[in-house]
Amino acid sequence: MTIRDVIAFTIRSLQGFRARTILMLLAMAIGVAAVVMLTALGEGARRFVADQFSALGTNLLIVLPGRAETSGGPPPLLGETPRDLTLDDALALQRIPGVRRVAPVLLGNAEISVGARNREVLIVGTSGDYRHIRQLDIGQGRFLETPDPRRMFPECVIGGEVRNELFGVQAALGQWLRLGDRRCRVVGILGTEQHSLGVSMDEIVLVPVALAMAMFNKESLFRVLVEARSRERLQYTKDAILNLIRARHEGEDDVTVIAQDAVLATFDKILRALTYAVAGIAAIALAVAGVLIMNIMLISVTQRTAEIGLLKAIGARPRQITLLFLSEAAALSMSGGVVGWIIGEFGSWLMVQAYPDVAISAPAWAVCAALGVALLTGVLFGIMPAKRAAKLDPVAALSRR
Amino acid sequence: MIRLQGISREFLVGDQTIKAIRDIDLFLDAGEYVAIMGPSGSGKSTLLNIIGLLDRPTAGTYLLADQDVTSLSDNEIAGVRQTKIGFVFQFFHLVARLSAAENIALPMILAGIPPAERRERVNKVLGSIGLSDRAYHRPDQLSGGQRQRVAIARATVMNPEFILADEPTGNLDSKSGQDVLRILEGLNNQGIMLLVVTHDPEIGARARRLIRIVDGAIESDIQQ
Repeated sequence: MTIRDVIAFTIRSLQGFRARTILMLLAMAIGVAAVVMLTALGEGARRFVADQFSALGTNLLIVLPGRAETSGGPPPLLGETPRDLTLDDALALQRIPGVRRVAPVLLGNAEISVGARNREVLIVGTSGDYRHIRQLDIGQGRFLETPDPRRMFPECVIGGEVRNELFGVQAALGQWLRLGDRRCRVVGILGTEQHSLGVSMDEIVLVPVALAMAMFNKESLFRVLVEARSRERLQYTKDAILNLIRARHEGEDDVTVIAQDAVLATFDKILRALTYAVAGIAAIALAVAGVLIMNIMLISVTQRTAEIGLLKAIGARPRQITLLFLSEAAALSMSGGVVGWIIGEFGSWLMVQAYPDVAISAPAWAVCAALGVALLTGVLFGIMPAKRAAKLDPVAALSRR
Repeated sequence: MIRLQGISREFLVGDQTIKAIRDIDLFLDAGEYVAIMGPSGSGKSTLLNIIGLLDRPTAGTYLLADQDVTSLSDNEIAGVRQTKIGFVFQFFHLVARLSAAENIALPMILAGIPPAERRERVNKVLGSIGLSDRAYHRPDQLSGGQRQRVAIARATVMNPEFILADEPTGNLDSKSGQDVLRILEGLNNQGIMLLVVTHDPEIGARARRLIRIVDGAIESDIQQ
């Protein structure tokens, strides 16, 4: 019996029991499709986060007030800090040789109003460098210009959504608006559909940091973004920042400097673990499909007792009968797997249509693993029924009609 | 030729041992035409199954062409069945999803005969049973008589030395039965030994040798 004959026989019997074949394909396809789609989603999320981080530039250092117990760990969520991270600290950082840009960041909520229209917005107090560090697009006008960040220029840059809500169809550029208890002029409008770390920049208002400090009556910065001149000097720059702040803070290490690489690595690890976890859960569906295959093959052996008896009577070796039934199980699980793969890829494609920002596609390892596991379960769970078929007593098998 | 010496076959039913065949000695020469008759439960089918190597005797020796086949492994037995023995059953036992030609080719597929030769031999036997125009019909598209002819073609396609037929006409109307018998006797005329188990006294009368079995033992063995 050649392989071609085995395949031909297998195909004929899969065609012969069409309902059974379709049901089995479905069971296996669902399992494989689940693995493909869920890992695609997990990988998509991971890549999305990675892209967001690298969009920030890989030379980025973030200075946070407060000190984590262990160095290199994630920033403290509720850091108690003895000393503020002040604007003067931020300006001092600019003098470190390895530093190209420094953007202080201060956040707060305030009411913004133009005429009768008003809403609550997130205010980001920062300097002109912020635009380069965050790689923001300016739709109209210009970004904040802060030759001296200590001065309170009454100007602001608004997100696209804020512009639409407050000004509607009227021109916004050059108009004055009320921001909390201050008045400032719109000098620029951000390009639409910009995201930074998944946060839409459409609904924020950027003001000079000194203005924000006065508005919120705060001395302490939320954080300082530092762009190093090169990736190679990142560690050196990090040390230099720590030394400088220590000198300015009376010998206390009370800031944390994290490289965005470290944050990325952490997210990457978490999301990768999540992907494995969902793939594992989906693999349960594969195992269930395997048990189903065994079930169906056992029924098939019972149904086809007479055929098995006949095969024996015309000279089939036990091994040949095992092979025929095994190849049926393998063909069922494999074609089910391929159908599932196609469904999974189609599902991923649909998800991409729905969320074009997230590059959802199943990693090759997941596809290979899903197909491999499908084939393996098919064969493994096919062994028992096939052995049973091979052991059938031909006399008993043939005595049935 | 087939030589049975002291062949017995016992079955365990519950805690009782039932002797289906008791101590049978039998010699069948090449090219014979033998009918085995007997009442239901007399052991004639069991005897046929033992001769056809589908079943193993519990005692005795079985020489098939001077080879002791009682001690062969399952694989070796499958090989003997494949090359030397053709079976014809009461219920045809055609594979329902395969066409007539595919059913006939099955033994050759198992034996590993290349496709080109398979096709040639299938066409030849289809011609000899007069069903060349039904090659691509499935069993459910054939009449009972046609199905049994396909089964005979399948039994002969490996050029066996023996054809064992268990009630070959038992499921057919009398005309189809006659056709089937004529084909089987035609094969016998070409030198293939024909062993038929039957209830039908007419077939018994047509065979050249008639063996009657009662209660697992040979009651009479007549050359006609």
